[in-house]
Amino acid sequence: MDPKSLRYSESHEWASLDGGVCTVGVSQFAVDQLTDVVYIELPSVGDAVQAGKRFGTIESVKAVSDLYAPVDGEVVAVNDALTSDASPVSQDPYGKGWMVKIKAEPGATLDHLKTLEQYQQQIASEGH
Amino acid sequence: MRTPLHDWHAGHGARMVDFAGWDMPVQYTTITDEHAAVRTSAGLFDISHMGRLSFGGPGALDLIQHVFSNNAATMKDFQVRYGLVCNEQGGIRDDVLVYRWPYGWAMVVNASNRAKIVAWLEQHRGARDVQTVDQTEATCMIAVQGPKAVGLCRGLTEADPGQLAYYYAAPSRYRGKNCVVSRTGYTGEDGVEIMVGADLAVTLWEDLVARGARPCGLAARDTLRLEAAMPLYGHELGEEIDPFQAGLAWAVKLDKGDFLGRDALLKRKDDPTLRRRVGLALEGKRLAREGASVLKDGREVGKVTSGTFAPTVNKAIAMAYVDPALMEPGTALEVDVRGKAEPATVVPLPFYKRPKS
Repeated sequence: MDPKSLRYSESHEWASLDGGVCTVGVSQFAVDQLTDVVYIELPSVGDAVQAGKRFGTIESVKAVSDLYAPVDGEVVAVNDALTSDASPVSQDPYGKGWMVKIKAEPGATLDHLKTLEQYQQQIASEGH
Repeated sequence: MRTPLHDWHAGHGARMVDFAGWDMPVQYTTITDEHAAVRTSAGLFDISHMGRLSFGGPGALDLIQHVFSNNAATMKDFQVRYGLVCNEQGGIRDDVLVYRWPYGWAMVVNASNRAKIVAWLEQHRGARDVQTVDQTEATCMIAVQGPKAVGLCRGLTEADPGQLAYYYAAPSRYRGKNCVVSRTGYTGEDGVEIMVGADLAVTLWEDLVARGARPCGLAARDTLRLEAAMPLYGHELGEEIDPFQAGLAWAVKLDKGDFLGRDALLKRKDDPTLRRRVGLALEGKRLAREGASVLKDGREVGKVTSGTFAPTVNKAIAMAYVDPALMEPGTALEVDVRGKAEPATVVPLPFYKRPKS
């Protein structure tokens, strides 16, 4: 996916909404910060998720971080390959490193999330 | 505080973090790459934050013997010996290296404990005729570690590090100035640690980089020492933990004569109620972090003190303190990793041992 067309959360997830299905991953900045990702814990298909609430975990050698859902909805697809080999998250965070697809509530938008430009401003202000 | 290499680190892409009041490089690239460089080639660490104390005067040996759990009196000239500084209750105030020179003594202490140890030495000096000098800020200390480390350092200093036995050191010369070359380290690999005046820190560092040593940060130093099962103060070691609990009985010489903490250590030595340090291997990839509870049949029987994903042995490992009845290798336990009990097995330490060359 093209990073320019995505929306971003303050907690470094990216999201894209297409036909009511929201695809979620983590940003290049996030994986650059984490480095050494060893393990990813994802929900199961059918699980309900809530915007701003934890849906999974990403663990690196250094630290463990929660993953937060950008929208309310139901998990309709999970990138299960990541649970045995997390390397696509580091190598291709906007492509093969996608994590879950969430069937969003009708009428849901990503307007509450940041554009790439706004997200880049956030990163710059985090001083890394 | 900043080491003499601070600006070099910051200017070469290192991420800097606070460690014991020092702004230190935690990693340049990835932890696993830096870790692998040390296991297969040679890595370079700025350890100038560690405390370097020197001792002179006729009372130096007696003061060191008074505060040191190991026996300094049996050391040969140029020998280096690991041991503990204990409090009167037998708890560990610091773990240190003592150096014996023909003309005096030196001690390398943890950065986090430097002020505490300097004060402790002053408090217990008594009437002994001894002068201690804290040389930390006037000097730097660089560790070169890995199978290629010793060869890579050859010709850099007048003393050939290849001629030094393990845990021996030599005062020598580097670019016309005094230095110390020590065959010691904290990674589980062969290597050397070099101390030189702060003004030559960047020159020495760049000489070593030019010879092929790869700059590494404290994060890789932590995963390396953890695989080698070396304890870290503030994690496996502390004021409430005694050396026997920590598996460091070999560094305690109760028969050397009196020293601080000895009476308490005699009582604690075989105390069956005190938890002991063990290694744990986890089946899954979820990592047991410091503070996680160790469980047996749902009951807490210990605490994790360090845990990581071990790059060389390629699994989740941890060190923990557990009830002594459960320290036998093969014992099946569980670790509470964020609310879920993960199977873990007690394994012999170290997790990693370098191949004999």
